[in-house]
This record gives sequence, C-alpha cells and structure tokens, in this order.
Amino acid sequence: MISRWLLRAFGFGYVGFLVGIPVVAVVWRALAPGFSSAWHSVDTPAGIHALELTLESAAIAVVLNTLFGVGVALILARHRFPGASVVEMLVDLPLSLSPVVVGLALTLFYSSRQGWIGGWLTARGIEVIFAFPGIVLASAFVSLPYVVREVLPVLQELGTDSERAAETLGAGPFTVFFRITLPAIRWGLAYGVLLTTARILGEFGAMSVVSGNIVGQTQTFTQFVSAYFTNYDPAGAYAGALVLGLISMFILAALSVTRSRGERFS
Amino acid sequence: MRGAPGPALAATYLSLLVLLPIAAILSKAFDGGVGAFWREVTQTETLAALKLTIITSLIVVAVNSVAGTAIAWLLVRDRRFALNKVIGALVDLPFALPTVVAGVVLLSIYGAGSPVGIDVAYTRAAIVVALAFVTLPFSVRSVQPVLAALDTDTEEAAASLGATPWTTFRRVTLPSLLPAILTGAGLGFARAVGEFGSVTLFSGNLPFKTEVAAVRIFGLIDSDSLPAAAAVSLALFIVSLVVLTLFSLLRRRLLPVEADS
Amino acid sequence: MSIEVTSLAKSFGSSVAVEDVSFEVPAGSLMALLGPSGGGKSTVLRMIAGLEVPDAGTVRIDGEDVTRLPARSRGIGFCFQHYAPFRHMTAWENVAFGLKIRHRPKAEIAARVAELLELVRLSGFADRYPSQLSGGQRQRMALARALAVEPRVLLLDEPFGALDAQVRKELRTWLRELHEKVAVTTVLVTHDQEEAMEVADQIAVIREGRLEQVGTPAECYDHPASEFVLTFLGPATRINGAWVRPHDLALSLEDRPGARRGTVERIVRLGFETRVEVVLDDGTDTWVQLAGRALDELALSLGARVYVSMEHARDFSAVASSPTV
Repeated sequence: MISRWLLRAFGFGYVGFLVGIPVVAVVWRALAPGFSSAWHSVDTPAGIHALELTLESAAIAVVLNTLFGVGVALILARHRFPGASVVEMLVDLPLSLSPVVVGLALTLFYSSRQGWIGGWLTARGIEVIFAFPGIVLASAFVSLPYVVREVLPVLQELGTDSERAAETLGAGPFTVFFRITLPAIRWGLAYGVLLTTARILGEFGAMSVVSGNIVGQTQTFTQFVSAYFTNYDPAGAYAGALVLGLISMFILAALSVTRSRGERFS
Repeated sequence: MRGAPGPALAATYLSLLVLLPIAAILSKAFDGGVGAFWREVTQTETLAALKLTIITSLIVVAVNSVAGTAIAWLLVRDRRFALNKVIGALVDLPFALPTVVAGVVLLSIYGAGSPVGIDVAYTRAAIVVALAFVTLPFSVRSVQPVLAALDTDTEEAAASLGATPWTTFRRVTLPSLLPAILTGAGLGFARAVGEFGSVTLFSGNLPFKTEVAAVRIFGLIDSDSLPAAAAVSLALFIVSLVVLTLFSLLRRRLLPVEADS
Repeated sequence: MSIEVTSLAKSFGSSVAVEDVSFEVPAGSLMALLGPSGGGKSTVLRMIAGLEVPDAGTVRIDGEDVTRLPARSRGIGFCFQHYAPFRHMTAWENVAFGLKIRHRPKAEIAARVAELLELVRLSGFADRYPSQLSGGQRQRMALARALAVEPRVLLLDEPFGALDAQVRKELRTWLRELHEKVAVTTVLVTHDQEEAMEVADQIAVIREGRLEQVGTPAECYDHPASEFVLTFLGPATRINGAWVRPHDLALSLEDRPGARRGTVERIVRLGFETRVEVVLDDGTDTWVQLAGRALDELALSLGARVYVSMEHARDFSAVASSPTV
C-alpha cells in the first residue's frame, strides 16, 4: 500500500514537474498582463500573416499527404511487390530525421544557388527555398508518415473480403473505394490527418532552414513566436505560445474523439 | 490500380520529396571525398556537439523508460485513483505541442526568474529536461497498450506461489514489457537526437557546452558551410541508426519472451 | 441457371491448389463441394465467382462462358466465410447495397429489402450494425445481401464454418428450406460431411485439388469411388480384410456362421449411438456402431466375449484398393 502511494507520488511528480507545472505557468504568464494585451502581441500584421502562411501551407501539405498516404497504404496493403520495404522505410524516414536535416536536404536539392535542380527551376521562374513552395515541401516532408501509418493497419485489419463482396454485388472499382473502403478507414484516416496537421503547425526546425524567416513574407507562426524570444520580448512569446498551444489542445481533443468513434465499429 | 497512374505518381512524389533531397545530402557530404567528410565530422566543436547529443539522449531515454513504465502502470492498473486521469490527459500534451512552445513553456518556469526557484536555462540540465519533455509520450504510449493487453493470470499465478508484488513485477510483468519499453526507447531516442526547437530556446546553444547536433547543423547552414552541414547530418544519422539497430537487435532477442506471455 | 466448370486448374506460386476439376450443377439444384480444409474447394468456388482467375479451364453459367468476366458482371451472389459485412452500414443498408448501386427506385429498394429481411428473419434488426448482430444473424444478413440482386447463382463459402454446433444445425435446415423457396442454383463449400449430406442434392468430393467423386449423397455414401470418399463421408472399419461400415456389423453373444470372435475393449456412449471397440482373437482391432437400445439388450460389459458378424455388411474393399490418385 505504501509502495503504491510512493508510485503515485512519483508518477504525479514527474508528469507535474515536466508537463503540468510548465503548462500552467505559461498560461498564467501569457494572461498575466491581461487577455487583450496578450492578444495584441499576436494580432499584429506580422503575426496574422505568419498564421495565414502557416495555415495555407499546412492545407496544401495535408491534402498532398492525405492523397499520397491513402494511395501508398492501399498499394502496400493490397499488393506484394519488390521494393515494398524500401517504400515503407522511406515513408518512415522523416520520423528519424532531425527537422534541421530535412531543411538541409530540401535546400541541397531545390535551392537556386546550391541545389541539384534549383538552377533549372529558377531559370523557369520558380523559387522554392526561402519561398512558399519550400515551406509547403518542408511541411509535407516532416508529416509524411502519419496518414500511411494510421491507415495501413486499418486496411490490413479490414482485409479484402468486404471489397470483394461489394464487387460480387456489382460494384466497380470507384464504387468499391468510395462506398466500402473509404468509409471503413475514415476514422483511421481522420486520426492520421489530425496528426499530420498537428505536426505541420508545430514545425520549426525545417522551417528555420527553408523559409527564410522574412517578417510579413516567409515567416511561419512558430518562427514568429520564437522571434519574440530572440528580441527579448517574452510576454509576446508567451502569448504566441498560448495561441499555438490552444490549437494543439483542440487537435488533441479531436484526436481523442476520433479514437473513440473509430472503436465503435470494430 | 493496375495500369492506373497511382503508383507512378506516388513514386514521383516520394522521390521529389524524400529520396532525391536525401541523396543530395549524401552527395554533398562526400563532395570533397571521404577525407573531407572525416575532417568535418571530427572538428572539435562538431565532435563535442555529437557527443553531447548522444549522451543526453541516452540519459533521457533511460530516465523516461523507467518513468514511462511507472506512469503506464498507473494508467492501466491504478485506474480507480482519480488523479491518474490528470496524468493521462497531460501525457499526450508534449506530442501535440509545437517544439517552440515546449521551449517557451520550459523557459518560463525553469528559466531566469523562475517562479518555483529553479533556473536550469542555458545549462546541460536544460537539454535533458527539454528532451525528456518531448519524448515522454513515446515511453508511456508504447508500454501502455501492451500492459493493458497483458493477462493478469500469470501475475496472479506468481502471487499464488508466494511472490511479493515487487518480485512479481520484476520477474513476471517486466520481462513481458521489455520489448515495448525498448520500442518506446527507440522512438524516443530517434526523436531526441534530432530535436531542435525546444532545445534551441532553452539551452542557450553555447559551443562545447550546450550546443546539440541539430543546433550545430543549423549553425553550419546559417554560415553557408553546406558540405560541413551535410557531413554532420550524415554522421548524426549514422549514429542514430547504429543505436536504433542495437535497440531492435536487443528487442528481437527478447521477443520469444513476449510471444510466450 | 446451370453452372458448368471444365478442367479448372489453379496454382499459387509453386503449390497446386486445383487440378483438372470438372462438374456440372443443374439449374435450381444445390451442390456441395466437400473435402478437408486446404483441399482447394474454396478456390474452385472463388473461380466460379470470378474472385480468382483460373490458370486453365472454363466456367459457364447458364451456358455462357464467363471465365474472363469480372466478378461484378457475372450475376452471382457470394457469401464469404466470415460474412464480410460492411461494418459501417446497418443490416438494412448492407442488404440494400447492391440495389442502391444499380440505382433502383427507392420504393422498390425499400420493398425488396423488407421482403428479404423477412425471408432471413431479420425484420426486427434492420437498424442494427453488424457488430450488434450475432454470428448467425450476420450470416443470414450476408445471405439476404447476396440474394438482393437476384443472382443467377448463389455461392456460399463455408457458410456455417464460424458458428457453434447448435446454430449450425438450425441454419442448415433453414438453408434447405430457403433453397426450396428461392430455387436459385447454389454451390456451397463445406468440410462437414454431415452438412453436405443433409443440405445438398449433389456432392462433389475434392481432395488435394482434385475431384474424387460427384454424385448424390446416397451414391457417394453407398458407392464411394475411393477409400478417401468411403472414410470421409462416414465411419468405416476393417474386419477380416474387408472395409465395412461399422453400423452394418452385427454383435451377438452367440456364435453365428462366419462371425469372428473377440473381446470388448471399450464402450463409448454418444447419446443415441454407442461405439463398441473389439479386439478380435487374431489380434486386429475393429469397432461396431450400435443404435438406440441395442447395447442394453446385449448387456455388454468390458472384457465380454462377443461375436462380430458381417453378414449384412457391404464390403468396400474393391473401391478401397482402387487407386485414388
């Protein structure tokens, strides 16, 4: 009984020290100067632009990775082919790469000065690094694994019987996909999309390398928040962190709803 | 799928996004030959950063494996204790929270002017705290489902044979959990060695003292030393690959135990 | 609508699943593909359905060669071993699926689905999701779903395989009645000989990818084409060098002409029938199946000396020794 209380104290102390207290502290500090003052440090032209830029690039990257993720999960689940393990490894690679390295890789391939195809693209008027396309690519790179990893096990567990059954009832490939496969994987897919979004909105390291961090132009929201720190204005940083934190809390809540909905049908 | 453009499109996307940019790093790292690669990696500042990264990551992984297992136990086996629900809600937070926010959050409480009187900002301890924060969910969430799926039969059997709770845990439960603990450790380690956002705000990035590998790479990119940055990136990747392989070999040796339970 | 398969063959990699299988299912009848698990009977069924492409041979439905036709164009109804329910749809939506994708008028769909749910006795369960139905109910839902599109033929893969013994027996009788009502040509795969004999008009016995025999249940039981069919369809034992059915053997306490003497070694009561194992004086083992009260009348006990006579038993040694390969 004593050991149980010791364990509880340890668990509570550890999580409290590491997560609980800091989170409470930042909320308190952000709101200490008053809510409106906190909001004003985010509600600047630069802040709004950074938020818009982050949301826009996230939207594109999420769509791309969702299409890619569902497609690749379908191929991996339904077909055996040589190189399948290479594809899986490449898809998982972003999980074990430093975001800074991701930024470097994109730079070395796309930068107009240093990149393999950057010069060719520049000659055609396309700038990738230090521009919007680079931000989209970095977003897509770091969040690549999540849809595949969430959808693939659902597809494997689902098997092909219900798809074959729909076929015997007269359904063509499109009908099978949209009426059988997609509804069956929807909660796994939703979970994957949420993880993808959360990862992109929070990305900082890769953005620091490829975005250029030009205020009002290529500065993402995480960079906007960190700039307050670099400029010795912690109050602004706390407010920005609070906004980002609220977005992630929202996503976290959505994740837990998604998880419980997904369990209903299995 | 047959004959459809899907696979070709997916292959193109994967190549343009991941494969070719990574190939560009490999090529850049050996731009000046193997000798140049070795010179870059063995620069004293780089070596110090790599060493610091690996040691702090291993410390964090060890601490979080113990703490994560304990927390998972509280979440699964001690559910009736209401306060554990708070723990459950907090554990996922570092995963969803942007790393910059993590840095800001830690700095606000354990930095200068700390309201609780702890100031570890700009020290190596700060790196450990930041890495422990961002990797905590991996340890807990890897162990939790395995523990939940574990039959209590064997534990009851051990207890019926006269084992104390602690002996039962150590000799019966823990061996079944070890593979999952190692999985969590691997995920956490991979995340820790590459961590940038939280560490860069909280550690001060002092060369030879609190500069981790990711920050070092960023510095090299910033000063336009791309071959050096590529070389360090590759070295970091190789090191984490070696450690992860060791983890997975260890895990494979333990798997018969898991299959048995 | 008749089904005719000719010289079907299929291999998966280096393992041969089906080899040179031919048979015909007359219109309106029910054929059981019977054999041990992994013997290739499901593969035959899936080739009829178009879910597997044969390496060689043809499949004809109603005289039309459908070998190259995709499953969705064959006009079949298929029930999967694990029912393959659409888990995100209610029972009603499951049954309506085939009609909906054919864009039938709503009123017609509603009427047809109601009729089918009635037929499979699921009228009260229309709004349930598959996860809220029992195994037997899911099976009947899958059947209604397959029947909804008015298939030319109905194909059932181990339809009762995943159910417990009691439900299996009920559904078996029900399926036979349903077949008489709907009268659609049906092929059913099963590894349970009792099920095949009870339900089917004809049985095709398949082992290791090859067809052993096709015939009515009685033909197969009484005139097995091979030792395998003999032993798979019912109990068989050897006595005096002959293959016989143990229920054809007679047991008595007095000597009879041609009877063999032995000692009762074990008595196993299985409710209605009793299995008496006897060691004959020449050292060989055999057993006799007694029905009802026969055992009580003999008042047998372990170690009793008995006479086993085979005067009414048919000797199957001729088929048993015939090559089965």
